[in-house]
Amino acid sequence: MDDMREVVLKYVIQEYLEEGDDDINYDSPLISSGTVDSFSMVSLKRFLENKYKISIPDDKATPEAFDSVNKIVTLVKQYL
Amino acid sequence: MEHNSTSYQDRIKDFDWSISEKELGYKRGDVLNIGWYCSDRICQMGKADKLALVWENSAGEERKFTYNDVRRTSNSIGAYLRSLGIKDGDRVCLFMDKIPELYIGFLGVLKIGAIAQPLFSAFGDESLFVRLKDAGTRAIITQRKHVSKVRKILAQLPSLERIIVVDHDGKKPLQEKEVAFSIYDGKGVESLDIFPTTAESPSVLHYTSGTTGQPKGVKHVHYSLISQYLTAKWVLDLKDSDIYWCTADPGWVTGTSYGIIAPFALGVTQCVQDVGFSAEGWYKFIEKCKVTVWYSAPTAIRSLMKAGDEAVKKYNMSSLRHLCSVGEPLNSEAVIWSERVFGLPFHDTYWQTETGSIMITNLPGMKVKPGSMGRAFPGITATVLDIHTSEPITSPGKVGLIAIKPGWPSMMRAYWNNEHAYKGKFKNNWYLPGDRSSIDSDGYFWFAGRDDDIINTGGHLVSPFEVESALLEHESVAESAVVAKPDQINMEVVKAFVSLKPGFNPSGDLELEIMNFIRKKLSPLAMPQEIEYVKSLPKTRSGKIMRRLLRAKEWGQEIGDTSTLEDDE
Repeated sequence: MDDMREVVLKYVIQEYLEEGDDDINYDSPLISSGTVDSFSMVSLKRFLENKYKISIPDDKATPEAFDSVNKIVTLVKQYL
Repeated sequence: MEHNSTSYQDRIKDFDWSISEKELGYKRGDVLNIGWYCSDRICQMGKADKLALVWENSAGEERKFTYNDVRRTSNSIGAYLRSLGIKDGDRVCLFMDKIPELYIGFLGVLKIGAIAQPLFSAFGDESLFVRLKDAGTRAIITQRKHVSKVRKILAQLPSLERIIVVDHDGKKPLQEKEVAFSIYDGKGVESLDIFPTTAESPSVLHYTSGTTGQPKGVKHVHYSLISQYLTAKWVLDLKDSDIYWCTADPGWVTGTSYGIIAPFALGVTQCVQDVGFSAEGWYKFIEKCKVTVWYSAPTAIRSLMKAGDEAVKKYNMSSLRHLCSVGEPLNSEAVIWSERVFGLPFHDTYWQTETGSIMITNLPGMKVKPGSMGRAFPGITATVLDIHTSEPITSPGKVGLIAIKPGWPSMMRAYWNNEHAYKGKFKNNWYLPGDRSSIDSDGYFWFAGRDDDIINTGGHLVSPFEVESALLEHESVAESAVVAKPDQINMEVVKAFVSLKPGFNPSGDLELEIMNFIRKKLSPLAMPQEIEYVKSLPKTRSGKIMRRLLRAKEWGQEIGDTSTLEDDE
């Protein structure tokens, strides 16, 4: 769990944060804060599916389910 | 509450744009400066202490600006730009998130006669570069989170002399050509000599995507105010007592025409939320601000529908009295849903960057036919033209090209540096927006699709040419073709067909790498949501990629004539 949290957090920081953005943690809002927009959420979903060799149904990939690293990890674990 | 718009028939009878000119106190030949009309004039009308802008971000920070604050702060920005040598006619880019500096800075730029060039802050460095280069932009106002994109391209932009960072915190040193400026330092400038722009002086340069070639700069003039003011008053039904929320980003035309110019010119209070999308976050904002008039987009409305009715019920939505939508066709289900959950229908509005203001719409009080765009705004002569003869179609229900008679105040005056493309937008003295529609026997327009390959994703236009060009810059891509793919929420999304160079193999990881490459280079909107690997792309015998064929496959349509096809994979 902790390892997955680290992987997801690191990926989000590396791919979606701009240089001057504030630091984020496991509970920081991602979608509702605008850090990750709804279009970019598709690439984040693809990353999770590739990394963990899972398929997340589109109707489960909601802005709410992707709104923090902890929520993403909870979602991913359902499909492992 | 009585609507600003009486009946459609009453409005079109003896309509003249001078109605708007009189209300604004404007006479032909007068000085006309949007920056002044949106701030100084409202203060002179006795509303200096009225709230103009209520802003909040995702961290819960809130800022409020009265009309006097907007007046003084826009004066400060104008004076600062002048001190840097910026003068009338210079292009000043506004490259910021939805922060107060964007809204007020826009007015400051106009006040000194410079041309405001707003650009979507999620643009990547390549998208930013082509637009700044084409415009010959002299200054850019931005935030420290976006300044790295400017630094990457600065060496290739000799015209760009100043980079103004509005939130510099001193933690990292400023670099070449960068200066720090904060609207929160000092009390603002009380008096500014406003540049005497007139009706035809250039005001705003918005960039829009074309089917071929680079994005086009749509030049608007200060006289656009006449259309924007009256359409906002009659269609959005804005009144002095309203609390207005336009969810559009001023990086796009809705966000400037109806997110800055029109509401400020009408002296209403508007709310802005600089956050990402969340259904409950939006409902909470409406409840907290007591929003009365809400202008949003079908993609957002469909996302709200997806979040379910229960989310709405948690909040008090009773302040809402009028809802409008723009950006892409509003499906009938969304209208029916909004009537059920808010007790109000969304009123569709149709227009585009080039038209500057609403062209076809449902006026308040008019019968809303769910799924229809409504009727032509008073003073707008709109029809559909036969695709082959370019003559107006007289039979109800027959699909043709939407056509508008030129001459309304907010019509674009040119494509920047591109007279050829501008002339190409007209046929038989009609302006052609590039969309197809039919008209029913009551005069209501029914959208039928684009007439070109442009992709409308979430209400934003994406050029397949731009994405294809960027894809070719990825080391693995030999050839690419980009088309629209149907999508339940965004109407359309970008899909790319890609053939790989020798030595590269199709994989999920490569697909993700290419997606992220485009997202960072162009924008999240332009990022292909799906990449399909192909051995080769269908081409005509002359070597032109047949996007039409790929698009038809995605939409389950007839492929049509393939007699010129070189290789049917």
